[in-house]
Amino acid sequence: MTKIKMQSLHKRESELAESNRQLEILSNGIFKNGELPTFAKKIKESNQFPLKPKKLEILQINVGYMCNQVCEHCHVDAGPDRKEIMTVETMKQCLEVIKNTGATTLDLTGGAPEMNPHFRWFVEEASKAGIQDFIVRSNLTIIRANKKYHDLPEFFKKHNVHVVSSMPHWTRGKTDKQRGDGVFDASIKALQELNAVGYGLPGSDLKLDLVYNPSGAFLPGDQASMEKDFKKALSEDFGIQFHNLFAITNLPISRFLDYLIASENYEDYMYSLVEAYNPAAVANVMCTNTISVSWDGWLYDCDFNQMLDLKVASKVQHIKDYNEDLLNDRDIIISQHCYGCTAGAGSSCQGAVAE
Amino acid sequence: MSYYDPKDLRKFGNITEWSEELGTKFFDYYGKVFEEGALTAREKSLIALAVAHTEQCPYCIDAYTKDGLQRGVTKEEMMEAVHVGAAIKGGATLVHGVMMMNKVNKLDG
Repeated sequence: MTKIKMQSLHKRESELAESNRQLEILSNGIFKNGELPTFAKKIKESNQFPLKPKKLEILQINVGYMCNQVCEHCHVDAGPDRKEIMTVETMKQCLEVIKNTGATTLDLTGGAPEMNPHFRWFVEEASKAGIQDFIVRSNLTIIRANKKYHDLPEFFKKHNVHVVSSMPHWTRGKTDKQRGDGVFDASIKALQELNAVGYGLPGSDLKLDLVYNPSGAFLPGDQASMEKDFKKALSEDFGIQFHNLFAITNLPISRFLDYLIASENYEDYMYSLVEAYNPAAVANVMCTNTISVSWDGWLYDCDFNQMLDLKVASKVQHIKDYNEDLLNDRDIIISQHCYGCTAGAGSSCQGAVAE
Repeated sequence: MSYYDPKDLRKFGNITEWSEELGTKFFDYYGKVFEEGALTAREKSLIALAVAHTEQCPYCIDAYTKDGLQRGVTKEEMMEAVHVGAAIKGGATLVHGVMMMNKVNKLDG
């Protein structure tokens, strides 16, 4: 059983639960006094301002912020105390868009998306649209959290869902430190159950990918090397197999920003991000091919802008008015958190974006 | 106030400003050394961490602790690497004991 060790920033009524306060911190201090260049200034240097969308590939839908875990670095500030859940009405509006979108990937996320009471109905309906790649971001422990979730591996298989799951390390200590006591053991068990129904096996069409994000105030290492290390350790220690590892950088927002400030790592971390800035990553950054939909139907350039409540700069701002052509004509909203997606090999929900 | 300021590590690249050719050659060489080769970049990072300790270089300890974390190196692995450095340092001291023994034997044997 997973032990919850903390509460969300919202529950704690932390000032960092407010997106405006986060944006203020990201614009002041070292960015205001000119010690470090703002993200806008940096991308102007390589003539990439304003950032514009390319062809839409990914429709990412956040079906709610409720989660059975309270991970230390969660950018969603998710947890059992979050009650924001997508309604059937909003899901129906999403389904209309899914049927007609030019996107080739549908990406359901949360919180723990499975905790939305309409999740299974939504997956069944959405899978009928025959979208090429249908992702569900599962935190793994939800599969073991309650009897009613035990059949999720079979459910995912039935609908040919591509499972993408977080796994911060191949050791218990580092995983539990970030995601809570007991998370490692429950995740291992869940991965074994996914393997048992065919997920993640070599040559299997049932795709199982893992997401690695660092457990502290440092950037992820080389994605290919990390994948090799994860595969070796998980296979040798637990007989677990998976397809790809996505290395994701922690963005300085929400609970990770809170952690950076509390541990006095904020400035050093921002320096690391700016020093690792890579213009090649800007060209492929995920907001250029993604639309993010919040639990209440608002549209954003990415999941991070959603959490900062920076709605798309377009006449169309809600799923009920969705118009892909109009949306594709927008300027992408940026701030200093964007450095998180352009450091080194870049970072996105699909991992590194630059060679 | 300490002679060492952690923020100076960020300025390491500035040494090139006062000797461009040598600085550039050094950083090119440095970059090449740490590339994946017969040794993995991870193995090289652990060697660097051990040497950082034997050299007692605070900048290098900061840099290669962080580098190790980025590569998924565990704290147990890092501490074992530090012990390798300590063992070589200790051994290097003690093996000179043979010189002392030789000298004693020659002078007073």
